[in-house]
Amino acid sequence: MPLEAATLNRLEGGGDHEYLWTLNFGPQHPATHTTLRLIVQLSGEDIVKITPDIGFLHSGFEKLGEDLDYNQYVTIVDRMNYISPVANEISWFHAVEKLLDVQITPRCAYIRTIMAELARISDHLLCAGAAALDLGAFTAFLYGFYQREVIYDIYETASGQRFHPSYFRVGGVAYDVTDEWVAKVRNFVRDFPKTHADMVRLLNRNRIFVERTRGVGVLTKQLAISRSITGPVARSAGVVRDLRKDEPYLAYKELEGAFQVVCAQEGDCYARYQVRMEEMIESLKIIDAAIENLPSGPINVDANSKAIIPDQMSVYRSIESLIHHFELIMPNRQWTPPIEEVYGATETANGELGFYVVSDGSGASYRARTRPPSFIHFAVFPELMKGHQLSDIVAVLGSLNIIAAELDR
Amino acid sequence: MAFEETVQRLTEAIGADQIRTSEFRDNRRVIVSPNKLYAVLQCCRDTLGFDMLFEQNGIDYLKYPGARDRFGVVYGLLNMTTGERLFVKVFLNEPDLTLPSAYPLWKGAEWMEREIYDMFGIEFEGHPDLRRILMPPEFTSFPLRKDYPMRGRGERHNFPVITRAES
Repeated sequence: MPLEAATLNRLEGGGDHEYLWTLNFGPQHPATHTTLRLIVQLSGEDIVKITPDIGFLHSGFEKLGEDLDYNQYVTIVDRMNYISPVANEISWFHAVEKLLDVQITPRCAYIRTIMAELARISDHLLCAGAAALDLGAFTAFLYGFYQREVIYDIYETASGQRFHPSYFRVGGVAYDVTDEWVAKVRNFVRDFPKTHADMVRLLNRNRIFVERTRGVGVLTKQLAISRSITGPVARSAGVVRDLRKDEPYLAYKELEGAFQVVCAQEGDCYARYQVRMEEMIESLKIIDAAIENLPSGPINVDANSKAIIPDQMSVYRSIESLIHHFELIMPNRQWTPPIEEVYGATETANGELGFYVVSDGSGASYRARTRPPSFIHFAVFPELMKGHQLSDIVAVLGSLNIIAAELDR
Repeated sequence: MAFEETVQRLTEAIGADQIRTSEFRDNRRVIVSPNKLYAVLQCCRDTLGFDMLFEQNGIDYLKYPGARDRFGVVYGLLNMTTGERLFVKVFLNEPDLTLPSAYPLWKGAEWMEREIYDMFGIEFEGHPDLRRILMPPEFTSFPLRKDYPMRGRGERHNFPVITRAES
């Protein structure tokens, strides 16, 4: 948070650095997308040192997680990475259900898988589009945004809310999906490759885009591992790791044959862009396989397990369900998790999003720690910028996909 | 490598009375004392192959049922070759809230340790740049401690207001 530039930019070795020019980048700048600040020290246009200064969007999400119960906190989790909110919900419930030892039904697992992959596509579309936008390619961004709108429409059809759906609950989902939703997902699977091909044609061989991204912000495999980097950023640097394959959750075990893990060797901005573009196609294959094999049956776990709120009709018609509903809503009853702590992580569009949930046996978590990929990826940013020029900041920032709400929580 | 083997090799390197273990679901934990922490982490990285520190967080056990120690710091280690995860846990009590920094072993600890310092006030010796990261530098409390109220202590209302004329 706000710091005197002079105290931050003291260079090693002391001496007179008066010829250096200190530039304040952000917190309000179009290329930072949200609020983050960089204090850049320049020699001409060459970057000498970069000091990130974050915390402008810190809203105490983890403190709120200690106050809200497991179902309520989903509304906060939604607002972390707001580019793909559903993926955060899935990750949160993945950890909570691990704590409560709840096994979700196959239908729910498939619905969650489809939603998670839609979220991944939506995130990658924005990241690739905005990275291009910052480098001056406006059209690809608009094409991407059109398809994001289609994905929002799919969320809305399922949950009634397009941006922050809060669609999942402990042990299931809020409402079952309809035939209309299935039709919309099928339409998306049919139409999306065209947009993807348009974006590829606009960017992959676009001379300005390629020259401004290739060889810029190179992340080595060694640095990626040492800096805890995961997800597409690590995979573009040659780290072969994807939780969907390595630690399968939801329906990924059954859909294992439907997709491949996309990796690259170069580790530069262009490789990150390409990994994201190819991952969208792999995600689309997962959605296609999952929607055609969507199992029937219950969406929620058995109500007798006392993990999920019973459906409205049974609350109205039977005393058991009414009592059960009451018990899950009243703050002094609710779930009875073991007094333990658990870490659960899923592969979201940005990388490994994990939650470390500490439970004291009540209905709300004692500590709800988030392992935010944006926060961890942004720590490497000063190292990526070494030896580059001022105009490369936006290229690298765009390719890392830093979401400030997740960065600061 | 199985968890038993990891623990066995750690006990050989560090000493059996220094290490306790616990398991829950798929999380395997090794609990060590603060003075052995760095040796354990170094052993994990160099001989056991845990090359990534994927997670580091702090917990305040002030109101936790049955807790004897005030703070806990958890290190999540990952072996990239085998995919094995291991949690190293250490407990701390006031007034000595210092730990050796894991930055010399994993660079990823840099910001995570700054966050733990910011939120819990636990200091890391040997950290290159231990400053507050999310909260403003003039902030005096540690907000994720359990004795810090959720609504704050009025910091928000007392923020200095800069008028247009002053700016």
